[in-house]
Amino acid sequence: MSLAAELAITDAGLKRSDIDGVLCGYSTVSPHIMLATVFAEHFGIRPSYAHAVQVGGATGLAMTMLAHHLVDAGLVRHVLIVSGENRLTGQSRDAAIAALAQVGHPDYEVPLGPTIPAYYGLVASRYMHEYGVTQEDLAEFSVLMRTHAHDHPGAQFQEPITVADVMASKPVALPLKLLDCCPVSDGGAAVVVSRQPTASARVRVRGCAQAHTHQHVTAAPALSELGAKLSIAKAKASVGVAISDVRYAAVYDSFTITLAMLLEELGLAEPGEAAALVRSGHFGRDGDMPLNTHGGLLSYGHCGVGGAMAHLVETHLQMTGRAAKRQVRDASLALLHGDGGVLSSHVTIFLERVR
Amino acid sequence: MIEPPADWTHGHAAILYQCCSSCRRVQYFRRAFCAACGSTKLDERPASGEGTVYAAALVCRAATQETAAHTPYNIVLVDTKEGFRMMAHGARDLAIGDRVSARFVPFAGHIVPYFEKMK
Repeated sequence: MSLAAELAITDAGLKRSDIDGVLCGYSTVSPHIMLATVFAEHFGIRPSYAHAVQVGGATGLAMTMLAHHLVDAGLVRHVLIVSGENRLTGQSRDAAIAALAQVGHPDYEVPLGPTIPAYYGLVASRYMHEYGVTQEDLAEFSVLMRTHAHDHPGAQFQEPITVADVMASKPVALPLKLLDCCPVSDGGAAVVVSRQPTASARVRVRGCAQAHTHQHVTAAPALSELGAKLSIAKAKASVGVAISDVRYAAVYDSFTITLAMLLEELGLAEPGEAAALVRSGHFGRDGDMPLNTHGGLLSYGHCGVGGAMAHLVETHLQMTGRAAKRQVRDASLALLHGDGGVLSSHVTIFLERVR
Repeated sequence: MIEPPADWTHGHAAILYQCCSSCRRVQYFRRAFCAACGSTKLDERPASGEGTVYAAALVCRAATQETAAHTPYNIVLVDTKEGFRMMAHGARDLAIGDRVSARFVPFAGHIVPYFEKMK
């Protein structure tokens, strides 16, 4: 976390002492009731505003949205958003799986022995049933994320894979197989949100919104009424942005089904058509809508809150023309979307490059 | 606090739900109030155990030793005849849309509802 924070502050052209706000995510490996001040003390800063935020996989974008409002309201000048966990080496795989499964209902779900892949496997089964999507369709998203991760030196998995590899991978919670699932990773990420531009490469929050429809999959609304649709509708309406304006997409991809569903709900693909767009190259680096060019959670890795923040970091690199081999032609307006729980909490953000 | 329910979550071979006396909405997650209208006048009722499969996922990789002993096991969401959705276990041959009914089976130290195709 300290390393990521140092890199972000330096990249913003600031000193640690400039940071007057700290937002940090939660940690499953090292939980603490006051993680933001634990970090601030460790890092050596005394912010005037600090606390942790917990919205599952949507935490990174929720903190970004909050930081935007905090600086906009004039409460603080520079907010450091930081998160990181050693989810892979800090605990056993069983412990990681068991800890995450606890997002289920303690009385009505957890005693049945579900896992996070099982919750999403349920959603996948219904989605496949309603829209005629196949397991091979879902596999396309793993293949795409791996193709993208190949060009990111920091990605956890870089070896190319095929649809056949995904289909042959170990069953986890069918219809989801091992390569439909993001890995458990170590890592961290940090971002600085400031009231005024601090560097020559300028990116600003154009608009953002949230929607929270439920916590537990048992209580989820119909597929057609999930939160992504609500949050993007609010975000679009508040700032007058249309999907046709978007040039780069960063979408939460804990599982292949998550990515497929979110792309379709956000309006980046027609219902049931996202996989066909992957096959056509639409979401590739040189396609019309480059998506998660760092490889996403599926291949870059998932270290918890920092994992989903990697989407934000990659978007910033793309928007400021510093994505090296992964650079896309035009990332002037980006759509970011995060999902927490089991499609429970949604945060949508539009970022815009400012000349 | 309300008394613990005499249902499968507390070791009894039953599925209970609540029906609001004011707005008539049903809810499965038990509360001291109706989540739709806030009324505290709730009727607790036993469910028939009949319903339709809404979704299914076959768990092959479990999180704990106790649950791993049961793999693979099918986790299902069932839309009950009474109008609420619940999570349970189900037979391996279940498909979405199947009409099902529940019995209760042991699982990792509890009993859990287990749905099978209606005969």
